Amino acid sequence: MNTTIMLFLLQDGITNGAIYALLGLALVLVFAVTRVILIPQGEFVTFGALSYAMLATGQVPGTAKLAVAMGVVAFGLDLFDARRSLRLKGILRAVAVNIILPVAILALTYGLAGPTTSVAVNIVLSLLIVAAIGLFLYRIAFQPLAHTSVLVLLIASVGCHLALQGLGLVFFGAEGLRGPALSNTALTIGPLRFTGQSLAVYGLTIAFIVALWLFFGFTLTGKALRATAVNRLGARLVGIRTTLSGQIAFLLASLIGAISGILIVPITTLYYDTGFLIGLKGFIAAIIGGLVSYPLTAVAALLVGSVEAFSSFYASNFKEVIVFTLILPVLVLRSLAAPEVEEEKD
Amino acid sequence: MNQRTPLIIFAALMAAIPFIPGIPPFWIVLLNNIGLAALVAMGLVLLTGVGGLTSFGQAAFCGFGAYTTAVLTTAYGVSPWLTLPLSLLVSGIAAVLLGIITVRLSGHYLPLGTIAWGIGLFYLFSKLEFLGRNDGISGIPPLSIGSLRMLDPGSIYFAIWIAVLVSALLTMNLLDSRTGRAIRALRRGHIAGEAFGVQTPRAKLLVFVYAAVLAGLSGWLYAHFQRAANPTPFGAHAGIEYLFIAVVGGAGYVWGAVLGAGIVVILKEILQSYLPYIFGGQSQLETIVFGILLVVLLQLAPTGVWPWLMSRLPIKPNRRTPDASLPLATPVRGQASSAVLLQIEKARKQFGGVIAVNDVSFDVKAREIVALIGPNGAGKSTTFNLVTGVLTTTGGTISVLGHKVDNAPPQEVVKLGVARTFQHVKLVPDMTVLENVAIGAHLRGSAGAISSMFRLDRADEAKLLAEAARQIERVGLADQMDQLAGSLSLGQQRIVEIARALCVDPLLLLLDEPAAGLRHMEKQRLAALLRQLRDGGMSVLLVEHDMGFVMDLADRIVVLDFGTKIAEGTPAEIKTNPDVIKAYLGAAA
Repeated sequence: MNTTIMLFLLQDGITNGAIYALLGLALVLVFAVTRVILIPQGEFVTFGALSYAMLATGQVPGTAKLAVAMGVVAFGLDLFDARRSLRLKGILRAVAVNIILPVAILALTYGLAGPTTSVAVNIVLSLLIVAAIGLFLYRIAFQPLAHTSVLVLLIASVGCHLALQGLGLVFFGAEGLRGPALSNTALTIGPLRFTGQSLAVYGLTIAFIVALWLFFGFTLTGKALRATAVNRLGARLVGIRTTLSGQIAFLLASLIGAISGILIVPITTLYYDTGFLIGLKGFIAAIIGGLVSYPLTAVAALLVGSVEAFSSFYASNFKEVIVFTLILPVLVLRSLAAPEVEEEKD
Repeated sequence: MNQRTPLIIFAALMAAIPFIPGIPPFWIVLLNNIGLAALVAMGLVLLTGVGGLTSFGQAAFCGFGAYTTAVLTTAYGVSPWLTLPLSLLVSGIAAVLLGIITVRLSGHYLPLGTIAWGIGLFYLFSKLEFLGRNDGISGIPPLSIGSLRMLDPGSIYFAIWIAVLVSALLTMNLLDSRTGRAIRALRRGHIAGEAFGVQTPRAKLLVFVYAAVLAGLSGWLYAHFQRAANPTPFGAHAGIEYLFIAVVGGAGYVWGAVLGAGIVVILKEILQSYLPYIFGGQSQLETIVFGILLVVLLQLAPTGVWPWLMSRLPIKPNRRTPDASLPLATPVRGQASSAVLLQIEKARKQFGGVIAVNDVSFDVKAREIVALIGPNGAGKSTTFNLVTGVLTTTGGTISVLGHKVDNAPPQEVVKLGVARTFQHVKLVPDMTVLENVAIGAHLRGSAGAISSMFRLDRADEAKLLAEAARQIERVGLADQMDQLAGSLSLGQQRIVEIARALCVDPLLLLLDEPAAGLRHMEKQRLAALLRQLRDGGMSVLLVEHDMGFVMDLADRIVVLDFGTKIAEGTPAEIKTNPDVIKAYLGAAA
């Protein structure tokens, strides 16, 4: 192998790795705040990517309707929870968040969608749709389970993944889709050609890492979110609204997922079930980062991307096997480094 | 009602079904699928519901079982019956290798690890040349007995359901035994079990391998039922579905696995036939309903359908009362005549910059009740944890009967005759008082998993339960023996912990706040019991905040404050010690 091939593989690995890093960050974020291991993160990716791709062809994606449906369910749950103390203000807020917001997004999508709609508008619309889905997903599936163990949350998370993936098949069909590139500029350094797309991937990843690190390390809201994860009751006693923390986390995670999706859909064809595998690779990075460290997760994601790129060159058949086996030595190291603690009660 | 009766009725029912005239063959196929899924789910019940180890990767072990027989029967012409033990062995070995890595992982790392290797193995199955890649292996010979070749679903039906029933029986036997109690204690954390000699990692590995072998059996049957094996049924989604089955049925119950398999397989069939009419022609739509149902179920009925069903039945299984006259041999230990039982010299424990125990020295002699007192955060419980091996010391030495035990694991400390209770009660709430107390006698029994499964452990088991019953009577809880430990008041649960510790037949009893939550009369009874134990030759070291209780009972008192020993002496000396008064009440103004 010569240096050029190696550089190409490395570039490929880093581009993919940056996407995994974004997803890994979102997973760490959600876990740190809600203790949910967010398997449906992959669905946020596909929903974002395929909604964008569909909008680019001028169609209204089914995800916009899903957001309305989920909003209605969330509204029902809100009313049911507040049935003993119904106040007009509370109801109005619930209507605004759960009904008006998704309906407005749907109306906006119908109004703006068309074959000539600009890339920027399509991106904004897809992000809005997926963000609403993320918000309602927390409200419907996880908020009622917020007090339970990590394992129960994990199983619920798998349930959400199954449901959303099935819905993805309904909305987008079994055929893969590709979206238009964000920009057609390109930069050539030596033998390597950097497309505007890959530069956007790098830039956004770095921006998110820095932003999340600053947010959680240095702002009061960020610290409040972290406190929620460690001790819900304690956080509530000092006045942190724990349900709001969860909603913020899911909102951010779905946004990050959708952005990652939009970033990769011009590079590779995505299918309704691609997100699961992409998300899991983000997971491997997140696990290497111990589900707590943002910088470590980012570095690990680059490693995962590079291993994937090199193994697809040398042993393309066993690419996935190699990537998923990578996790085992990591888990061993993790369990050696951190001696077993008393498991939580359920 | 005898415990075996429902099983026999169920077996007879299942045996009769194929002979119902006019039963559609398709129903038999469904029942076969239910049986195959139930086998895997049964392993998950033991692993996840009982042992607390969540695995999303069980489908991969089915793959090991199925591919082993597929390769051996097609490529080498080995008889299917010969490949059965080999299939189980391959699944078991795979489980040992993966288990050594995975079961040590705590909390959420474990299920994540299982997802990862589950997917990795799926891709391995679908890429390996000798496993036929994505197409798999076809033309697997059917099972046959003499001239009967099990070609149609109706004949292999019996093989599948015999496997299910036998596995259920063996699993229930295993759970109702010395090893079973150790497994059932796993979910509540490892500290309590280890304090009584349970080798937690070994118990975890055992359930992991057991679950994998059941999955391997299911895979072996599947290969000979379908007469083909390809990677799809052994992928990540299948693994998730098995966990789903266990949760639906009731993850803590062996029959929940069978019920859950029934519900899910039939539901899936119905959904697959009707959903396309709603959504129009697409496949795999049942996953949407499955996913939503799983979330709804976790929110509304997290324990599953089986316990709900059982609580509605009018018949309750009767419990056997142990014969309390059976003797249990006293454990053989080193010289018990030494005057100093426990010697602590300059024991030190640092957590980062915090010195929890600061060069503390004291001893406990034979036939003596020593109280360890001090304000909250004084390091009393940490001292207990150092003595019992839950924590390792940063410095100093701790010895029991002359054996150094600082840094020995808890299982070794209890062998020397040191038994303890916990400040925060560590009982298994869904086990009876008797079963909880019997964990204390873990080291005094010897029956292993295999002998338990085949009921060869009954003599050993009866003695253990008899000892547990005697200790429960001794602490005065005979009436509560068959109640679930979780249903007792906190004070009574502390007394149950004492009974469990007494089952060790200890030389030294460590009690962490035994009188907390007790009423006045109960405290007096406890004091009387402890005096009686001391007069019988046992030593007691207790942490307690109730000064009246301590001053009345203790022969000697050691006072800790901020990790440092500030006084030691008889109750009368301690009461007037100015340092102790200062520590508790502050300096006089």
